Amino acid sequence: MNQDMLALVSIVTAGATIALGSIGPALGQGRAVAQALDAIARQPDAANQITRTLFVGLAMVESTAIYCLVVALVLLFANPLLG
Amino acid sequence: MNGDYFARDLLELGPLTITDTLVVSLALSVLLAGLGAIAMRFPGPREVLEVAYETLERSVREMVAVDAGPLVPLVLTLWAFILSANLVGLLPLVSSPTRDLSITTALALISFFAGHVFAFRQQGWRYLKHYLKPNPLMLPFNIIGELSRTLALALRLFGNILSGELIAAILLYVAGLLLPVPLMLLSVLTAVVQAYIFGVLTLVFAASSVHVVAGSPPGEDGGEEPPPSSPANPTPTLEGTAS
Repeated sequence: MNQDMLALVSIVTAGATIALGSIGPALGQGRAVAQALDAIARQPDAANQITRTLFVGLAMVESTAIYCLVVALVLLFANPLLG
Repeated sequence: MNGDYFARDLLELGPLTITDTLVVSLALSVLLAGLGAIAMRFPGPREVLEVAYETLERSVREMVAVDAGPLVPLVLTLWAFILSANLVGLLPLVSSPTRDLSITTALALISFFAGHVFAFRQQGWRYLKHYLKPNPLMLPFNIIGELSRTLALALRLFGNILSGELIAAILLYVAGLLLPVPLMLLSVLTAVVQAYIFGVLTLVFAASSVHVVAGSPPGEDGGEEPPPSSPANPTPTLEGTAS
């Protein structure tokens, strides 16, 4: 009974982790891409540098979502509390 | 079917566990180095590799304001290894070594120590001062930031590659044969971008600690060690895959 409850809570939490954790990075990445497109439209010459910085920035923003993914994966596949 | 997504244990040697990702990554390293060494014997491939190396080296050097000479071979090697490690997962029966957190952690540690050795060689002990930079109260936060970005480096690569393979596997299980194909195309893109980002972040993190200390232009030409024609050996292996 206890183990079943624990598994249930883990699955629900994993879903909630991904759902809530992807909202912030999605908004941030959308904003970053929009700004970068704006900048490229203004200054096509600097497109290379802007793209490079954009990729690095997107990777940094994305890492919070990746943390959530790792937590969710641990809860689902490598849960330390479940026997 | 649960354990298949993570590293599989092949055999145990006392306390050591040999996983399939370890075998694949060692094979990949030997293959890259061997192909590079063989290609350097023949004039034709050799010239192709040299041109590719010089192009990549120039673009790497342009990325940061400080002289990144000693870091260029490391960054290019990271690109070559991570790119081939990410892409090898697309072959049937072979799993990406970067799907294993241990291997991405090892790569992140290499990047961490390389950054500090680079900064130390450029600046001596003075580079430690940038931990006190805005004011000494920020010391713990600077240290935490340093550690967390190394952790993020490892987790980012691991999470991206693992999630790509998981999504393909789940779709295959749920929907059938052809549906995962577009997503696998997407994971090719992810593989290239993640390899690029890992190298660039290594470079940027290493350069940032130097740059902050230097601050003034004279530090920038960093004439301590003239590294222009770096080793010929590690270079050829990179372009074999990078181009």
